[in-house]
Amino acid sequence: MALQSLDIKRRSATTTPSAGIRSTPELAKLIDVSKCIGCKACQAACMEWNDLRDDIGTTAGTYDNPRDLTEHSWTVMRFAEVEPEPGRLEWLIRKDGCMHCADPGCLKACPAPGAVVQYHNGIVDFHEEHCIGCGYCVTGCPFNIPRLSRADAKVYKCTLCADRVAVGLEPACVKTCPTGAIMFGTKTDMLKQAAGRITDLKRRGFAKAGVYDPKGVGGTHVIYLLQHADRPELYSDLPDNPSISPMVSLWKGAVKPLTSLAFGMIAVGAFFHYLVKGPNRVPEEREQEVDQ
Amino acid sequence: MKNNPQNLLRFTAAERANHWLVAICFVLVALSGLVFFYPAFYPLSQLFGGGVWARILHPFIGLLLFAAFGLMFVKFRDLNRITATDREWLRHTRELLNGDEQGLPEAGKFNGGQKLLFWLLVACVALLLLSGIVIWRAYFSPLFPLWLIRLAAVVHAAAGAGMIALILGHIYMGIWTSESMAGMLYGQVRRPWARLHHRAWFRQMTGDDQ
Ligand code: HEM
Ligand code: SF4
Repeated sequence: MALQSLDIKRRSATTTPSAGIRSTPELAKLIDVSKCIGCKACQAACMEWNDLRDDIGTTAGTYDNPRDLTEHSWTVMRFAEVEPEPGRLEWLIRKDGCMHCADPGCLKACPAPGAVVQYHNGIVDFHEEHCIGCGYCVTGCPFNIPRLSRADAKVYKCTLCADRVAVGLEPACVKTCPTGAIMFGTKTDMLKQAAGRITDLKRRGFAKAGVYDPKGVGGTHVIYLLQHADRPELYSDLPDNPSISPMVSLWKGAVKPLTSLAFGMIAVGAFFHYLVKGPNRVPEEREQEVDQ
Repeated sequence: MKNNPQNLLRFTAAERANHWLVAICFVLVALSGLVFFYPAFYPLSQLFGGGVWARILHPFIGLLLFAAFGLMFVKFRDLNRITATDREWLRHTRELLNGDEQGLPEAGKFNGGQKLLFWLLVACVALLLLSGIVIWRAYFSPLFPLWLIRLAAVVHAAAGAGMIALILGHIYMGIWTSESMAGMLYGQVRRPWARLHHRAWFRQMTGDDQ
């Protein structure tokens, strides 16, 4: 959703700088999985603030509801029953949604100028009015987040409540969480906050507690605090070391401007070949050799 | 070109219509494909009524191109078998580009370069169809795993760029070689032209030994 009061750092399919004389501090949402009770108040708040209602689906025998992210559900709680050590059952509940990568695969993949933007504060947002519905962002995202709507062929995902943040409010999910498991502030503050909690968790037997702020995508602006930070896959297959796929980098890499240049050079080369060699006509003497 | 009863029939009306249908589809599919290829080409989307329309139309025109090209493939497949003479012909590309065809081995209806182009285009179109289906998000992408969609995106972009480069060359050869465009537009070519550029075909058509 477009909001001009936030400063845009980068826009998709744009090769010149975006307006950037101001800079705002980087913000982050910290999701402390160890404090989440799975009540889904954040899901409800997200629907409420963004005025979205998903279809009523069917159960798969778990608490996941809806079962996956959709264009109407920008965040979904994923419930995993795991045994990190034999005999020690844990219920790990992860609030899934856009991670707001510093190096977003969706923005890199998008061919429509300005359909994906990144604000100076780190929020990655879709401007649906520029979206052409190709779904390239879905191909580019390392977290499987964007969803293409069948109804209007536009993509949707968590905006980190860019509209609320722009006027000094915290995201709706943060506002509503009853246990304080979701926090919001500058990224520096959030990392500091997490560090205190990690010490706490380590003292309570979670030796591998830590922050999930994957470097492969330049760090994210949604960070998790995990009890088992060494095994992110325990949390409903959170990717261990996500990064923009090499295929996507190749697809969107320097080869393309070079190829574009090559098209131009073929055309210019052909023109000069014509100038230098002249048209390839049937020479006069060869005309005589055939009776017509 | 004068209507001369001595002219040789190079392409039938059906073949010409087929060729130009492919050509029209190609121009549309290339211009709309470039829209997604690199931001510098994005303004081309205006030719199609905006980015959304370019995105909607491109794959359908691609399918039409595939169908029309398929007919051409069936029709011209046998005439494009590459022989030892064609390989020899290809070794003389430099002389050809200098406009000197004296030393070139005799070409049939199609010369070595045209045959090579034919097969490269067949490869491009086949790859473009397969990869195009996989990256066609509205209908087909959800059927495929993510790694395959990513691979198909690279293949489609590469094959599309390759095909554009090949056709740029093809168009130029058609312009540079005087009178060859007439063959594809009106179907007929003059005997001296045929004798100069496609000697073996000329003989076959005229039973002439010259
Ligand atoms: C054979 C049938 C074809 C199909 C089904 C197809 C399908 C697609 C699709 C689905 C896209 C993504 C954009 C969109 O959703 O519209 C695309 C992009 C593209 N297509 Fe095709 N296409 C076909 C043929 C061609 C041909 C013949 C060319 C030759 C010039 C071509 C060149 C391109 C290019 C350059 C892109 C942009 C690729 C990128 O860099 O991302 N396509 N095509
Ligand atoms: S998590 Fe995916 S959708 Fe979100 S910004 Fe990163 S790449 Fe884009």
